Amino acid sequence: MSNSSGPLARTRSSDPDNNTDNTGLPFDSVVESDELGYLSYRQLIWKRLRKNQMGITAAIILLISYMIALGANFFAPYHYNQIQMRYRHVPPQKFRFSLRHGLHVYGLKSVRTPETRELVFTPDEIKIFPVRFLYRDNQNGLHLLSSDGPMFLLGTDRMGRDLLSRIIYGARVSMTVGLAGVFISLIFGSILGTISGYFGGWTDTLIQRAIEILLAFPSIPLWMALGAALPAEWSSVAIYFGITVILALVSWGGLARQVRGKVMAYRELDFVKAAEAAGASHWHVITRHLMPGSYSHIIVIATLAIPGMILGETALSFLGLGIRPPMTSWGVLLEEAQRVTVLLHYPWLILPAIPVLVVVMSFNFLGDALRDATDPYAD
Amino acid sequence: MTTYIIHRILMAIPTLIAISIVSFIIIQLPKGDYLDRRIQELEEQYGDSSSMEMAAELRQRYGLDKSMPQRYLSWITGFVQGNFGDSFRYEVEVNQLIWDRIGFTLLISIGSLFFTYIIAVPVGIYSATHQYKFSDNLLTLLSFVGMSIPAFLLALTLMVFAFELFGLPLFGLFSSYYEGAPWTVGKLGDLIQHLWIPVIVLGLNGTAGLMRIMRGNLLDVLGQPFIQTARAKGLKEWVVVVKHAVRLAINPLVSILGMSLPTILSGAAIVSIVLGLPTVGPLLLRSLLDEDIYLAGTLIMLLSSLLVIGNLLSDIALAWVDPRIRYE
Repeated sequence: MSNSSGPLARTRSSDPDNNTDNTGLPFDSVVESDELGYLSYRQLIWKRLRKNQMGITAAIILLISYMIALGANFFAPYHYNQIQMRYRHVPPQKFRFSLRHGLHVYGLKSVRTPETRELVFTPDEIKIFPVRFLYRDNQNGLHLLSSDGPMFLLGTDRMGRDLLSRIIYGARVSMTVGLAGVFISLIFGSILGTISGYFGGWTDTLIQRAIEILLAFPSIPLWMALGAALPAEWSSVAIYFGITVILALVSWGGLARQVRGKVMAYRELDFVKAAEAAGASHWHVITRHLMPGSYSHIIVIATLAIPGMILGETALSFLGLGIRPPMTSWGVLLEEAQRVTVLLHYPWLILPAIPVLVVVMSFNFLGDALRDATDPYAD
Repeated sequence: MTTYIIHRILMAIPTLIAISIVSFIIIQLPKGDYLDRRIQELEEQYGDSSSMEMAAELRQRYGLDKSMPQRYLSWITGFVQGNFGDSFRYEVEVNQLIWDRIGFTLLISIGSLFFTYIIAVPVGIYSATHQYKFSDNLLTLLSFVGMSIPAFLLALTLMVFAFELFGLPLFGLFSSYYEGAPWTVGKLGDLIQHLWIPVIVLGLNGTAGLMRIMRGNLLDVLGQPFIQTARAKGLKEWVVVVKHAVRLAINPLVSILGMSLPTILSGAAIVSIVLGLPTVGPLLLRSLLDEDIYLAGTLIMLLSSLLVIGNLLSDIALAWVDPRIRYE
């Protein structure tokens, strides 16, 4: 959807100020009230998208989430690996407000339960720690909100690390895995899909058979097998890229099929035939005539493929086959909640599931809205 | 119809062969193998020279001294004859480990497939016939939520809730009383009592998606001229919907049957790990972590074969409901 604007736009004037459309006739002689006639393809999509409130809300939520992930060290109250062994498994604390102290949190006092000899934390109402905006600590720089005392809004894990901070930092991995994975599978998918659809014949058969075999594997067991194959001595960054590639490897097939379908439909059209007759090279026809037409379609498929990848990473890390500590992701955080006994004692450990749901749902809504908006038969 | 079925079965064979090769390569990917670790242990026990001999002996016994194509060939010929090789970790034939688990996997998967269709089709019809009414919008929202919740998170959440609210431990497929007991009516009842949670958990994703598809299909069909004709003839609305529209709108759902199987089998693997069900999933995870290659390879191969068979069945079912396909 970049510079050129698809076959649909070409039938209409691309310049709204120009008073003729490409029939060469003055506009008023064609259609009088057809306001859509003035709009380029991109403007049309934007106009339809704007009307879809769910889609726009989803887009805004995603934008905010990505901004928070990007500025994780500012938005998170602590560093994600700041271990405070004193505060293990602290339940979520609440913000308090009073006129005298402003926004504050209570300190924590711990009691050992007589039966299990386990430390249980309760708010200590005598100790009051004001919550400061733009808090500067000497190690990690500026934080949006933090406090001198313990401020664990979503509780802590078994090593006393702040869950909220870990969720915010985890977003970096979880939310980019989907994007990077889709990007790779887009490249694979559109190249192979275009080749398959454009050249046809035995190339097409070969690629289609390969995709069929790929799709014949159940995805999670296949991810598990590939995830287990990542060498143990790799650094967590290498693992991150490994996971991305694995997610992409398994999912490019479906995308390639869709692109192939589009390309096959377009290549029978007159403008492609005309280009071929005029002696255009395969490369020229593919890049100038076929790909621009599939852009909008590809973007929709890509958007709808992201949630699957995010869930894939979450599932893999959840099983201990994905992202490895010290790197953190939502799946890594949920791994701690895997055992029911843990979850029953420390129910807040399941909270990382919420951002997963919100982000996945937002992508689904956005993808759906984009699909509606790019549908040429919508109006 | 018969030629069509035979044709489809023949088409599945090369796919299965390719799948077996890919499965075999994937499980060989990790560096080293289970024996490397065993050998290390042996070395610590006995010192160098004797451990080398034992290692060589072990390698020979498990066929690890041969080249990869040779190993593949002996594995796949055994596979076809129902001999899947030995598990390194459990030191028994793979055969003894898997069949119960395959059985439970199928039970749970087919159960949730039924659940999916039984819920999704009527709800989809309702949603389409009440388009843009409040109830339709609510169902749309719910289906989006349903599609977004990964099954394993749902399983975790349900487990916590069930425990907090009813004190029910939802772990496993049997109560500890019936675990390992011979099959009786009581055990069957116990199984059914435990079965509904994984079935619903697994079915939910599919139900939400399928409902949307059913709704969309039916709306497409309802917009066609022959529906108008049917109404103009004075047929009752429910006859128009059920006999004319649904009959046509349901066809794509049959072909989706084959496509929803991978999702359910995938989901079953991870949900079983969370819920501690005796299916293929937990065994696969264990075997992958242990690099127990024959066990892992067999499981991946069998899961994929189930998918191929599922697709075959759904193709045949589609040919059965849609005459246009079988006469092609």
